Amino acid sequence: MKIVREDGDGNVLSGIGRAGRLMAEAFAYMPHVLVNGDARRSMFSQLYSTGIRTLPVITVVGLFTGMILGLQVGLALRKFNQEIFLGATVMISLLREMGPFVTGICLSACVGSAMAAELGTMKVNDEIAALEIMSIPPVRYLVAPRMFALLVMSPLLAFYACVLGVMGGGLVGYTQLNVPFAQYMSSAMSIAELKDLFTGLLKATVFGVVICTVSCHQGFATRLGAVGVGKATQRSVIISFLLILMFGYMITRLFYFEF
Amino acid sequence: MIRFENVHKSFEGVKVLDGVTFEIAHGEILAIVGPSGTGKSVTLKHIVGLLTPDEGTVSVKEGARIGYLFQGGALLAWLTVRENVALPLKETTRLSGTEIDAFVDEALKAVGLEESADKYPAEISGGMVKRAGLARAIVRKADAVLYDEPTSGLDPVTARNIHRLIRAVNDERGLTSVVVTHDLSGACSFADRIMMLKDGRVVLIAKPSEFMKSELPEVRDLVSASKGEI
Ligand SMILES: Nc1ncnc2c1ncn2[C@@H]1O[C@H](COP(=O)(O)OP(=O)(O)O)[C@@H](O)[C@H]1O
Ligand SMILES: [Mg+2]
Repeated sequence: MKIVREDGDGNVLSGIGRAGRLMAEAFAYMPHVLVNGDARRSMFSQLYSTGIRTLPVITVVGLFTGMILGLQVGLALRKFNQEIFLGATVMISLLREMGPFVTGICLSACVGSAMAAELGTMKVNDEIAALEIMSIPPVRYLVAPRMFALLVMSPLLAFYACVLGVMGGGLVGYTQLNVPFAQYMSSAMSIAELKDLFTGLLKATVFGVVICTVSCHQGFATRLGAVGVGKATQRSVIISFLLILMFGYMITRLFYFEF
Repeated sequence: MIRFENVHKSFEGVKVLDGVTFEIAHGEILAIVGPSGTGKSVTLKHIVGLLTPDEGTVSVKEGARIGYLFQGGALLAWLTVRENVALPLKETTRLSGTEIDAFVDEALKAVGLEESADKYPAEISGGMVKRAGLARAIVRKADAVLYDEPTSGLDPVTARNIHRLIRAVNDERGLTSVVVTHDLSGACSFADRIMMLKDGRVVLIAKPSEFMKSELPEVRDLVSASKGEI
């Protein structure tokens, strides 16, 4: 079963199988990315473009997510005169769920879509086939550096989104709900546990792997010219969104459900 | 060198190759002609294993290295011509930088692209892209090179230069070549034999002189069209 197919679409199950193998191979080539000079350069350029493409969007998204959370939760808490818990509530929701979630969505839209379009264009221009004929594994040459970049970048960006979100929540608390910033921060820091941070970062990492796998697989599966590239891009974003939601739930269930 | 025996291939129920049989000897240049969509590219892709036959066998000499010049060149856009040509050596051999440079210079010289070595694919003309693709195909000491429409979309003079290049590279390096083309008179000038495919079948495979004299209606149609008769 070839990862890069020339003939036919196959069914959904064989697609999942190929995507899984693509991911496994990308991880197997990880040492190559670190050892080989050209692969390392390619990985750094992926790191850079991942960061650059996402940073402006994630700044806005992170900040506003925190502000919205702060406002909604703050208004609810005010009914019970419990505004002192504003920081804690915003912190928990960002760290455990919203930070990684919005990061995954931004990465999928900003980076995954571009990956699918790039690889899809290469596919319809026979560049992927050319790599195979030259005995250069496309997964090693194209996917492994991208996987590495997302693996590193998504937890970092998720952390950044959380920090900005907490700031945004504090800003709203201070300006709209009369919650002093110091009180907000001490409430936030008192509840945050390392477990929350690590499950959040784990989620973000898993999302990064999902996005890279889905987008590269859709890119490689592209057929039929420019229309196919458009379809691959669209599908990469839709499938990533769905999987981010599902994996997000599963990880929460795994780490927070008390039996 | 390369042998097809009764090869059948369908895509989603549509028959593209319908019992194709032919053989190419070492050192030979075979030109494949025929209308668009009859499976010429599909035939080439079977030789390198990008596609596998539904029925029948494709055999290629054990251990043969095959270079492939794709219709659009298939150069990587973010690498210069020189880096594109160096890519197969860099990624699949343990040669040193200077050794790679030497091989790349030799290949670029063979196709006459020394001048544009540091340009990106988007900055050079279609003919130069094809020559760069050819340099990349032969840099790794190939045994056979497959060309998919190497001259389509090129002006006649550039096309003739590419034809000369195909012949020269084939003979100087002791290769075997398969050239898909729409240019029948061009094919007569460089090929040892010409094969016509139509509707997934081999209509005729013959030396250029015999091919041009064939009485088969499909072939006569193609020959008269290539002479500009209306
Ligand atoms: N990977 C593929 N998947 C599905 N159909 C294909 C594929 N490759 C080629 N075909 C179909 O096979 C037929 C022959 O294609 P091709 O060999 O490219 O023609 P040509 O002789 O012009 O090179 C066309 O109808 C094309 O649509
Ligand atoms: Mg073709």
